[in-house]
Amino acid sequence: MYVATKGGEAAIDNTHALIAEERRGDPAVPELGVDQVRQQLGRAVDRVMTEGALYDPALAALAIKQAQGDLVEAIFLLRAFRTTLPRFGAAEPIDTGAMTIRRRISATFKDLPGGQVLGPTYDYTHRLLDFALAATGGAAAEAPEAAPTDASMPRVTDLLGAEGLLQPELPNPDQGEPFDLGREPMSFPANRDQRLQNLFRGDEGFLLALGYATQRGYGRNHPFAGEIRMGLVEVEFTPEELGFPIAIGEIEVTECQMINQFQGAKGLKPMFTRGYGLAFGQSERKTMGMALVDRALRAGELGEDRDHPPQDEEFVLSHSDNVEASGFVSHLKLPHYVDFQSELVMLRGMRADAERIHARQEAAE
Amino acid sequence: MTAPITAGDAFHSIDGSYNFAYLDEQTKRMIRRTLLKAIAIPGYQAPFGGREMPMAYGWGTGGIQVTASIIGVDDCLKVIDQGADDTTNAVSIRRFFKRVAGVAVTEATAEATIIQTRHRIPEAPLTEDQIIVYQVPQPEPLRKLEPREAETRKMHAYSEYGLMHVKLYEDIARHGEITTTYDYPVEVNARHVMAPSPIPKFDNPKMQMMPALQLFGAGREKRIYAIPPYTQVRSLDFDDHPFAVQTFDTPCGLCDATGVFLDEVILDDKGDHMFVCSDSDHCKGRRQAGHVGPRAAAAARLGFPGSAGDGA
Repeated sequence: MYVATKGGEAAIDNTHALIAEERRGDPAVPELGVDQVRQQLGRAVDRVMTEGALYDPALAALAIKQAQGDLVEAIFLLRAFRTTLPRFGAAEPIDTGAMTIRRRISATFKDLPGGQVLGPTYDYTHRLLDFALAATGGAAAEAPEAAPTDASMPRVTDLLGAEGLLQPELPNPDQGEPFDLGREPMSFPANRDQRLQNLFRGDEGFLLALGYATQRGYGRNHPFAGEIRMGLVEVEFTPEELGFPIAIGEIEVTECQMINQFQGAKGLKPMFTRGYGLAFGQSERKTMGMALVDRALRAGELGEDRDHPPQDEEFVLSHSDNVEASGFVSHLKLPHYVDFQSELVMLRGMRADAERIHARQEAAE
Repeated sequence: MTAPITAGDAFHSIDGSYNFAYLDEQTKRMIRRTLLKAIAIPGYQAPFGGREMPMAYGWGTGGIQVTASIIGVDDCLKVIDQGADDTTNAVSIRRFFKRVAGVAVTEATAEATIIQTRHRIPEAPLTEDQIIVYQVPQPEPLRKLEPREAETRKMHAYSEYGLMHVKLYEDIARHGEITTTYDYPVEVNARHVMAPSPIPKFDNPKMQMMPALQLFGAGREKRIYAIPPYTQVRSLDFDDHPFAVQTFDTPCGLCDATGVFLDEVILDDKGDHMFVCSDSDHCKGRRQAGHVGPRAAAAARLGFPGSAGDGA
């Protein structure tokens, strides 16, 4: 039976109505509030803000509700909204050394100035389904008040750096305005600002898998989790008319500094090198994957072999963005019957040729 | 200047909240500058700061950004996908511009000042007063042969197109003919090899010396390129294997047209099928002029779109 493809207008209206109904679900069940998403699905909000490249928990929560919890779709919604916002300029670099710490751990030192601060983490939970959570209306959970952290929490990398064991990360004196991935297309070879912006937006699963691959031998770089810290940092901006920086708000970020063994090459002494990961909110897995991949992508600069996908900058940076990736994969759903018809015409022609040749051969035998 | 949008009050509707044609004026200016550069170097892929659009990458975001940057209140827009105005994504893009730009839209090729297209060039010849905007999934004609952008940019810079000729030659050596049937590479202005977007090679000759301006937008890959009016566009071939377009044995089942690109439509589960015009406006025009194809009666019985039995 032939099914007409016409009626696009009505079909589109109908599908919009259908998703609205599906999204709401059974009207007997109370509707999900955006504030509930923001408060109770915080890690989803953090991921959507990071990959959506927009720090706005309320809008990220709305996007998650609108996308029915499909986070890649929510990221897309936030990105599309972000495009419409005016750009005031670039903020001052955030100082994670001055962070109000909620969590700070180092795997490279047993103890260090400021101490290890576990903060909120699933790391030591037993992954047993908590059936008590299935019942709603329980008493609010309360954690004991945390002891105040030390006023000074120097970054592990600064401590090592003081000894000259760690390759210093110095600002590039030739660096003008930082690259802006929201305004400029990627170009190759990519500078580190461009690369880190790309990885910041990059899909968590993609970076996790690539980082994991480096651990399993596809571009091994001997990482240690030098430090992971999470907490609030101040954002400062220098308005042109003032000429000095003013604080415009606070954001929650997670930072991961991987420390990697390096035997020395290309005129560089043996020393530790770094991979860097940063994300909005509490996004530890993302920052670790990002740091591993960032370090893998420094292979060229450090004179290491580039034999594996995580070390290949065009491979990684061209395919990390899930808004681009899901768009292009899903576009296969669009009609392609003109191209397909062209292939049909050719294939029939080629088969007819082959049959003619076959018949000739049989006749000759 | 608009008031800054804060988290609290950002729950606004789309209508009335966005600039004319969606993009802000600075973005449009950036795209127009890129367009001028692209027109100045026919066939060269100019990088541009492509924006995230409210449609998915791969669904026409490049073409939409180009159209949004050149459209004015007096324009009349036609949008086609696979040659047809009524395919769902063409409908969706047309609606988008109706909503954010409020411009006149049409299905008639001759009435349109801007035609945004995916995978086809209309059958009716375009004029100097028209601009055709192509949606491009992969702007790099050499990408299938060399995945690295850093390499392909060098190859274009040095006009190093040997790899492409070898590919076409290998096709002939192996199959007796060039097996590329769509997105067939062209040489523009005797300089740049260019991807014509996945139009069937049937449409390639229409690009040669076209009076209309041809603009190409690739959103995901963030590239814009162009062919100015009356520019040489040659499909790559060899002296002993000249370029040839697809031919069809039967005319359009609805309007009896020949020498047009046809789509094959399956009519039942017994193998019956018919060929109809891919360009729906062209087909409609011919039927209104009284042309009747050999399968018109059968199509009407089935309620085929555009036939006499179509309820719409």
